[in-house]
Amino acid sequence: MNVRRLPLYATIAIFLVAYLLCWLQFPNILSTRVVGNLLTDNAYLGIAAVGMTVVILSGGIDLSVGSVIAFAGVFIAVLLRDTGLHPLPVFALLLGLTTAFGAAQGALIHALAMPAFIVTLAGMFLARGVAYLLTLDSVPIDHPFFETLQKAYWLMPGKGRLTLLGVLMLLCVAGGMLLAHRTRFGTNVFAIGGGQGTARMMGVPIGRTTVLIYAFSGFMAGLAGIAFAIYTAAGYPLATVGVELNAIAAVVIGGTLLSGGSGTVLGTLFGVLTMGLIQTYIVFDGTLSSWWTKIVIGLLLFLFIVLQKGLLRIGQLQRTA
Amino acid sequence: MLLQARSLTKRFPGTLALDGVTFELAAGEVHALLGENGAGKSTLIKCLTGAYRRDGGEIVLDGRPVDPQSTAHAQELGIGTVYQEVNLLPNLTVAENLTLGRQPRRWGLTSRRGMRALAREMLAGYGLDIDVERDLGAYSVAVQQIVAIARAVHLSGKVLILDEPTASLDAREVAMLFDVVRRLRERGLGIVFVSHFLDQVFAISDRITVLRNGRHIATTEAAGLDRLRLVNLMLGRELEQATGHGRTAHDAGEELLRAERLGKRGRIAPFDLSIRKGEVVGMAGLLGSGRTETAEVLFGATAADSGAVKDRAGAIDVSTPARAIASGFGFAPEDRKTDGIIGDLSVRENIALALQAHRGWARPIPRAEQRRLAEDFIRRLDIRTPGPEKPVGQLSGGNQQKVILARWLAMNPRFLILDEPTRGIDVGAHAEVLRLINEMVAGGMSLLVISSELEELVTVSDRVIVVRDRRHVAELTGQEITTDAIVRAIAAPEAATEAAE
Repeated sequence: MNVRRLPLYATIAIFLVAYLLCWLQFPNILSTRVVGNLLTDNAYLGIAAVGMTVVILSGGIDLSVGSVIAFAGVFIAVLLRDTGLHPLPVFALLLGLTTAFGAAQGALIHALAMPAFIVTLAGMFLARGVAYLLTLDSVPIDHPFFETLQKAYWLMPGKGRLTLLGVLMLLCVAGGMLLAHRTRFGTNVFAIGGGQGTARMMGVPIGRTTVLIYAFSGFMAGLAGIAFAIYTAAGYPLATVGVELNAIAAVVIGGTLLSGGSGTVLGTLFGVLTMGLIQTYIVFDGTLSSWWTKIVIGLLLFLFIVLQKGLLRIGQLQRTA
Repeated sequence: MLLQARSLTKRFPGTLALDGVTFELAAGEVHALLGENGAGKSTLIKCLTGAYRRDGGEIVLDGRPVDPQSTAHAQELGIGTVYQEVNLLPNLTVAENLTLGRQPRRWGLTSRRGMRALAREMLAGYGLDIDVERDLGAYSVAVQQIVAIARAVHLSGKVLILDEPTASLDAREVAMLFDVVRRLRERGLGIVFVSHFLDQVFAISDRITVLRNGRHIATTEAAGLDRLRLVNLMLGRELEQATGHGRTAHDAGEELLRAERLGKRGRIAPFDLSIRKGEVVGMAGLLGSGRTETAEVLFGATAADSGAVKDRAGAIDVSTPARAIASGFGFAPEDRKTDGIIGDLSVRENIALALQAHRGWARPIPRAEQRRLAEDFIRRLDIRTPGPEKPVGQLSGGNQQKVILARWLAMNPRFLILDEPTRGIDVGAHAEVLRLINEMVAGGMSLLVISSELEELVTVSDRVIVVRDRRHVAELTGQEITTDAIVRAIAAPEAATEAAE
């Protein structure tokens, strides 16, 4: 058996077991309505987490994601309020901006040989600051096109709604899976995560790949920002503080090694869904404090860190045997 | 000739690493490149593979002058290299490793089937029956090494440089690797083989080139070359050389400690070693023969998997360096720059380091006391520094070495291991260090001195242990200790006993 696949199986198993436990207590939780909401409510997080997965697979980290999502919301809201532009060109402009922002971070990380942590920390403050520059208040979005996007859904059997946002997230996951696992770029990402020096010796273009990795994360953060703007119908510079940490948590619970080189995009989807499920459970229960979400996520993170360490040990034992 | 390097020169600040070296490689031959540390082997290889830019000379491949700019460029030209380790990525599958950068694609996506087929094709003829879709890390080092060779040969295809490929392989794996090398030789590749293991060199090589101090010393046919002569070429000594002059005998007391069947699989075969109080035990052997490995298991830097260390009071725990230090052991490693000194810290801080670690961080040594300690050692060891606050990195090699000695002397250990204490320091400092060794021993300390400088060992040692192929093969005492006897013991055990008699 391939040891590398175990974390993915563990993630899926944990999600299914958690769902089973929830179902035993609240039979209503097993319905397409809950599943539809799970996808819609976590769409922006899932989209950002796909970008984060690629970054973490390369052994990096992107702390700017939450700020970029907030910037995206404010940018869209302010532009729609102050100009007569249609949302679609605004989306295109925004995605161009966040992609360039990510690419610039990647270029700095490579050119200065700086830790991604530092560079994206600066990016986090920068993006948040620019969001404040645009507005200090929550700006509502009341463009008719937005309403259309918000209300677009496909009615699943059982009256659950598969919304546009949910579909967008699933498409992002599918696209991320292809990118990470079925392209030369994706293999280069794994190669850099496995060892940058060795990857360079094997002819992987380190600089270009690093720029592309962070550009991709910037693009996904921009897309997550659009999803968040559609979801909340507003732009607010204080929104989504710390979402990058949720995304990192989802990636790790999804079975990706935080030090890079091993993991799957599909696992990240289940990481996001598991975190969403915990929240749903708390809503169903009604008496629990919502902080329990954090506690359970913390425990899950520990579990996965220990699991990864254990797998590493098993791998070494297998080889010496 | 397939590959010719003509009067290659490479300078580093302060040293001439390659001094007009000429090296020729024919198609269909295995050419061993031998030499001790600092001989210029790795510099030559790095010039050939484009990792270094040469300062002079030319490289001719297939009759055309070439100028490799990087390892990737050298590979395109036809020169591939496989190093001792870190050639490939253990977190990727075998197929991904083999096809990285050249994955077959369909509709823009990499094709798993295509990669599998290409990988199998690349591995054909290597006698490996492995699942190419498993992670490379799941396979043994030998298999990884062969996969690395397959990749290098596929990408370059003319010249294959094997840099210490067998260093972490066992005997069966070495045989497997050599099978592959012989097949490649038959296919007409030119293979450069760098190794410290003379047995392996004789087993596989057609010709042997010896470098020493950046110079080309000799190129000869391997068949008919005498081991003793080869060792002499590498060490640069003639057998007629002076025997045992200027030796200092120390007043060795009773047994201080004894290692019984101590060993670590794959690094050093179990050995017995007894050290007496106030004695200098020398350790001789070629690079990679197991000298440093012996020191590391004694000090706990590598955990031993057999045997024990005992003194009169009973067993001593040397499972980690911290425990070895607690039992009064010290170890000044071979590579000062990476393992010994901390260049940015001052002389004072470097000297106080081990003592502080020993006391525990909860009980800091007062600054005034550190200063007193540092000034005391600066005077006693004659460390040339403007003052105790000077960063150690700015001192000369000899003075850095003295700072390391001071660090251990401050601990007042009963047993100190010095690995190449005089490497890279000038003649004056060399004599100083030897004087210090004698002083320390006179004070009742016991020393294990590892050195490639045979005269140095002859001068300071009361006994010399000779190590070959990761095994302690001979022990010379008293009048037996001559450079001649040591060289013979390094070359072959039979010769050593002859010399001893």
